[in-house]
Amino acid sequence: MFAAFAWTILAAGSLTLLLALGALVLASVLGLALAYGKLSRRRWLMRLVQGFTFVIRGIPDLVLMLLVFYSLPAAINQFLEWTGSDLWVEFPPFWAGMFTLGVIFSAYMCETFKSALQNIPRGQLEAAQAFGLHPRRIFWRITLPQLARLALPGFTNNWLVLVKATALVSLLGLQDVMFRAKGAAEATGQPFTYYLIAGGFYLAATLVSTFALLALARRLEQTNQAGRT
Amino acid sequence: MNWDVVVENLRLYAQGAGLTIWLTLLSLSAAFLLALPLAFLRNSRSRFLRRSVIAYTTVFRGTPLLVQLFLVYFGLAQFELLRGSFLWPWLSSPLVCALLVFVLNSGAYTTEIFAGGLRTIPKGEIEAAQAYGFTPLRAALRIFIPGMLSRSLPLYGNEMIMLMHATSLASTVTLMEITGVARNITLNYYIQLEPYVAAALIYLALTAILVAAVQLAERRFANFLRLDH
Repeated sequence: MFAAFAWTILAAGSLTLLLALGALVLASVLGLALAYGKLSRRRWLMRLVQGFTFVIRGIPDLVLMLLVFYSLPAAINQFLEWTGSDLWVEFPPFWAGMFTLGVIFSAYMCETFKSALQNIPRGQLEAAQAFGLHPRRIFWRITLPQLARLALPGFTNNWLVLVKATALVSLLGLQDVMFRAKGAAEATGQPFTYYLIAGGFYLAATLVSTFALLALARRLEQTNQAGRT
Repeated sequence: MNWDVVVENLRLYAQGAGLTIWLTLLSLSAAFLLALPLAFLRNSRSRFLRRSVIAYTTVFRGTPLLVQLFLVYFGLAQFELLRGSFLWPWLSSPLVCALLVFVLNSGAYTTEIFAGGLRTIPKGEIEAAQAYGFTPLRAALRIFIPGMLSRSLPLYGNEMIMLMHATSLASTVTLMEITGVARNITLNYYIQLEPYVAAALIYLALTAILVAAVQLAERRFANFLRLDH
């Protein structure tokens, strides 16, 4: 029985990791766009991004999730009712969870990418412009490789926080590691055992990520020193 | 819209905000006192002490706070021995469990922040203290601790905000802080939008106050570290 319950908890790890990876992709893309927005010379754009990151980082993740899972559909449905439509909106929980986590962590990624972008040596970009490289080529060949190296420590940190933050979706009914652990704990009356297994899963995930990203950082450092990028 | 529901329950929100602030301040103070000696042990020359502190910070920073909270609040009931002991009246109280977990969790993050601050104290200051014949206690009080605190202020400020947001998880163990109050109102009145928005606004205001306080402290205590003046 123990093995069966332990297995259902660990099997839900695929959902946890899929959720975290999906949110990471969204957070990275959105975060990079926001970072450019924050560095923009257009005042209104900068202010807008500043306001966005302040609001997201000023509200607990749990409250933001409750807002997206419960308040947002309620607001949309109130509006639909007011317009006289019979439509009824309900968000699929998995996508809502991924979207919320992605948006939350885009605010953190924005800060990481912003300082990385500011630390790319000016001369490299100027040299690329002097060679008449197309802006898109400059982005892929100069900016992005430098950004990857400079932003990696902050990126790693954000990823570790993100993996742990996914545990909150269990409170909203998504069947992740934590949700299954709760199920097993209630079914067997051995909460400590099964929450410990869940904790072990998250610890393993963060430790593996830390070592993998550390190895990647070392590699990027080496290629940079060899002058290959 | 149902904003009058929020207005009617302003008293509850005020009590909730009071509990949030109380939980935050109490956990922060205890975590600070825990992290102060641990930061020194984290940099200790004894491998055993260093490794023990690293094990503690790794486990508490590598698992979600929600798992830790559930392990303590629901998990400890699994042990017959504990349930019969004189500690049980405390360990079965959600308030004590939440505080215990917040202190241990924040203590782990704060230890790493302070230990990092200690490592960046210039060698010259330490040598100067030795040259003046400071006793270890005097050196700690006059050189290490002030240097460590002023250098960790930006990261420590972040940790204070993180902890304040983390207290929202106390609502999952029945505590009526801001999030718990909002959750209760949504359940009692069958409205999903306004209670959570109100909670978010309170957190936003508290965060803004905390950010301003940290900035003030930075200007007062860490101004000498800034390069641009």
